[in-house]
Amino acid sequence: MRPSIYNILLVGGVVLLAVGQVPASDEKGDYSHCEKFSGYFMKYNVCAKGRYLVDEEAVKFVLEIDNQKYFDKHISVTSLPGKHSKTQIFTMKVKMLCRNPDQYIRETKNDLHKMQRNYDPDLHPLEAPREYKQALNAVKLERVFAKPFLCCLDGHRDGVTCVAKHPERLSTVASGSYNGEVIIWNLASRKEVARIKAHEGSVKGMTFDPSGENLITCGDDKTIKIWNTDSDDCKEHKASSIIVCTNSIFSISHSRDSKTFVTGGEVVQLWDGVKVIPDVTTHWGVDPIHCVQFNPVETSLIGACSSDRSVIIYDTRQATPVRKLTMKMKANKMCWNPMEAFNFTAASEDYNLYSFDCRNLSKPLVMHVGHTSAVIDVDYCPTGNEFVSGSYDKTIRIYESHKTTSREVYHTKRMQRLTCVAYTHDSRYIISGSDEMNLRLWKAIAWQKQGVIKPREKAALEYNNSLKEKFMTHPQIKRIANHRQVPRHIFNAAKEHKIIYQKIKRKEFNRKAHSKPGTVHIKASKLKAIVKEDE
Amino acid sequence: MKAEKRAKKPKGGDKIKKRFVDDSLVDEPKIRMKRRKFQPDRNLETKTLLKFAHAKTSDEIKKSQPSAMKKNAGDEEEAEDKPLLQPPEVESKKLEKYSRGEGVRVRSYKSKTFKRRIANKEKKIQFSTEEAARNEILMTETSGFLESEGYEETSKIRQKQIIKAVDVTSATKHFELNLEFGPYRIDYTRNGRHLLLGGRQGHVAAFDWVSKKLMCEINVMEDVLDLKWLHTENMFATAQKEWVFIYDNEGTEIHCVKQMHKILRLEYLPYHFLLASASETGHLNWLDVSVGKTIAGFQTRMGRLTHMAQNNYNGTIALGHPTGVVTLWSPMVKEPLAKMLCQKTAIMSMATDPAGKYIASCGMDRNINIWDIRAMKPMQSYRVTGVPTSLSISQRGCLAAGNGDIVQLYKDCITVPADGPYMTFKCKQWTVRQVQFCPYEDVLGIGAERGFSSILVPGSGEPNFDSYEHNPFRTKAQRKEAEVKALLEKVPAELITLDPLAITEVDIPSLHDKLEAQKKLLYMRPPKIDFNPRRKNKKGGGIQAAKTRQILREEAKKDFIKLIKKNKPDMLVPVGGNKVQQHAEPPSVLDRFKAKPKKKNQIAI
Repeated sequence: MRPSIYNILLVGGVVLLAVGQVPASDEKGDYSHCEKFSGYFMKYNVCAKGRYLVDEEAVKFVLEIDNQKYFDKHISVTSLPGKHSKTQIFTMKVKMLCRNPDQYIRETKNDLHKMQRNYDPDLHPLEAPREYKQALNAVKLERVFAKPFLCCLDGHRDGVTCVAKHPERLSTVASGSYNGEVIIWNLASRKEVARIKAHEGSVKGMTFDPSGENLITCGDDKTIKIWNTDSDDCKEHKASSIIVCTNSIFSISHSRDSKTFVTGGEVVQLWDGVKVIPDVTTHWGVDPIHCVQFNPVETSLIGACSSDRSVIIYDTRQATPVRKLTMKMKANKMCWNPMEAFNFTAASEDYNLYSFDCRNLSKPLVMHVGHTSAVIDVDYCPTGNEFVSGSYDKTIRIYESHKTTSREVYHTKRMQRLTCVAYTHDSRYIISGSDEMNLRLWKAIAWQKQGVIKPREKAALEYNNSLKEKFMTHPQIKRIANHRQVPRHIFNAAKEHKIIYQKIKRKEFNRKAHSKPGTVHIKASKLKAIVKEDE
Repeated sequence: MKAEKRAKKPKGGDKIKKRFVDDSLVDEPKIRMKRRKFQPDRNLETKTLLKFAHAKTSDEIKKSQPSAMKKNAGDEEEAEDKPLLQPPEVESKKLEKYSRGEGVRVRSYKSKTFKRRIANKEKKIQFSTEEAARNEILMTETSGFLESEGYEETSKIRQKQIIKAVDVTSATKHFELNLEFGPYRIDYTRNGRHLLLGGRQGHVAAFDWVSKKLMCEINVMEDVLDLKWLHTENMFATAQKEWVFIYDNEGTEIHCVKQMHKILRLEYLPYHFLLASASETGHLNWLDVSVGKTIAGFQTRMGRLTHMAQNNYNGTIALGHPTGVVTLWSPMVKEPLAKMLCQKTAIMSMATDPAGKYIASCGMDRNINIWDIRAMKPMQSYRVTGVPTSLSISQRGCLAAGNGDIVQLYKDCITVPADGPYMTFKCKQWTVRQVQFCPYEDVLGIGAERGFSSILVPGSGEPNFDSYEHNPFRTKAQRKEAEVKALLEKVPAELITLDPLAITEVDIPSLHDKLEAQKKLLYMRPPKIDFNPRRKNKKGGGIQAAKTRQILREEAKKDFIKLIKKNKPDMLVPVGGNKVQQHAEPPSVLDRFKAKPKKKNQIAI
């Protein structure tokens, strides 16, 4: 009998190490006694001239291994006693790297490619320079895809004065114009839903009630009109109720959780939804109020901007106003931070915006600079991280609420002086109304892709974002990320303002340098805007 | 009570063990084998875990029911499951492999918010390192090996025996080509799938060596001194008698690069898209193959450049010189970034390891020296028989040295000294001219005088590739996509420096930089004042204006001198000054041999 030492069989990708002649003689092909083995087993003879022949003892030995059920390293052929002393046998294990293509190639064209990962840093050389380059590409792509303008909603026959967001429907927005018309828009279809001839003269202010059923408008004709937007009445210009006031009203704001709304005009008045006579009438000073805002969180607080350059805080729970801040220049608009109830931002006539903590009005938290003309309107993002501002310089700027400079500046050739801006409730879009009768819709993040984003795309975007963040301080990347092309008039104005600012600074410095030490105190720019705080 | 517990513990252990084995039967055989290998350890671990679980549960029970401390089977089951659900801890050795270096010390920051931010970032980095280490479990392939069970030396095994033992697919990876136009230079693609052969007498062939499918075979009718694949298997460059030529995969000549003249060696930097060439006249040249522009080219003043290798770690080019010096070059600097005296005699062959950490060189004195390139220090030195004329290091640290018609292979010879050769091979095609390991395969390619042979070297190649980096199985579409991506992410040549991580670090001026800046101040001139006073009353004023100008200029000069005095470094105090005398050593007889202080330094303002 001259059986071969081993039969190496390949059965379905599994290597079976068959021992001796047993598998061959077993007709049924029962390999239960064989052992699955990850490598191959090689046996050879160094000193013998030919191949080593296995005689009965050797088979016996092999069977012995077989009886052990799995291969035991310590029992080697060399340790066999007896006749084998002359022909020494050694064992050697060998395994070659051999990949089964089936595990690496997809089966059909419809399958995804099989991707193997090995995160060993040695296989990914030049990690840092490559990441830097990727970050550079990402930030360039960001600028390439920065197309913020979505659409223009035209329909007004005069300049837009105000916009109001529907509290429950993302796509519904109302806008009022100088000719007294109110248009309710559907942003998704970009079409007008209803057009109401609301007032004689211009529409001054608008607000939805918390349920969104009623739209309350006030106008030049000293009336407050309540419109039921869901019914057909409003399409026929029939208001569900009209309140005729004795004095003119410039602004209106609805509480978020009750039926009360507040109007600002010559006096500040609190109205209950149904009554024709105001519940409370109050005022501080003589000048008219051109902006009132209910705090969306602390719902008893009201902020108001007065023409005597002051910002006044009212509380509905007490008869008299709480605080009054007088600034150097008039505040055109104020908006409460929807997340930090005690913070608000005021858009000032002096080209800047000021964020305040209403508990300490004498010192603004941040002065937001960038506009080159009076800031007309401001609105917070629902997340409270950002706000949008519209200015008389024909640009919209987006600021991060704790930062001095703007993150983004939007402008178009045709957009004229801004009258109103609003951040939508999903924090993804910005609505702007301007002098030249149009309402515009913008993306809040200029390079964001619209529509459904697939998981892989999303992962890639996230990866790019983190890379951008990682390398943001690099001069090249910072330069690309921060650069914005602005119209010539803005560019020149900004340059001019910079020169003016430097001049002021220089003058201050010189004055301090040439005065007796301790006599001249230089005030921070943000403190210069504050005149006084009254309580 | 205690006795009962003790009795139960092993029971629980047995249960787990049983379940464990049952599970393994269901699994794939390979995984099962692995598990079996580690079974004793795992069991120990489970046992200890169990102990912990028991202790915990018993504590809980004590708390809830102090009187009745009976345990039922259900409780025990729960106790067993709990610890097993926790992710296993990663070995510290593995973590080290994936670590990106020591973290930032959070304590060193003063600002609270910044501290928190840094701490969070550190946490993320640690998490990612751990995850990367854990990912190893998903890798399907294990590396090859050749191990003796007894006293046998692996170096005595012949290729024939290996081929007989291994499977058919692996056996086909051994082949020999007898060719007449030698000596041959060879090059594998980065994914190890394609092979390029270039005979000195003009024979150039490109083929998929796994499937043995020929892509092209041409005779360029000129000397071929070296050749290299470019970024894909669709293009390759050859250094011919006069110039460098670029061919496509069908052997069509695409470009003749005349900026590269009389080139002896070529290297291709895939991430930078740079083709580097070393010439007979000592010129070093980098060509950006994506735009066809020479990035840099200069005279190294090092003579004939016969040995060249690239450092994958940072993209620098290493040159070996007859003085035994190895120099590292970047296209941005006309001087070598580093010079290492790797050999006492002329360098006969040189190779870098694929990770770019080590460089192996061999001199006339038959010493193979292995150096750590990053730390610039020697690692190992081996004395070999004969002078190896070609070296190559594989991904798993296997060193091949070709000497005459013998190729000797050393395993694990870099970090720890190797006892003897791992394998030896006698080449049938006469003298070995070039050896190169095939990436991701257990194969060594040998370009020889009379042809080419591919031999099996178990355990040399990296078993698990990363498909996003190099994929031996990539399709045409994948290749196209990867090509576009790679082009987009082309690393600028300016970033080739000794330390590739420099770009992620904070740019703090070193002491040297500061001193240089201060030295510069000495040679600066006071600023020119160009001042035209405003003439308010529009009358005369010429003299007054001149006076004002004079005053302003003097003021500016004063300020300038003040500034320089303020920034003046202590080191620039005159040599005869007090400071130097104070620190001076006692005079000695040997002082006369010291270099005299230069007068240049005696600058005082």
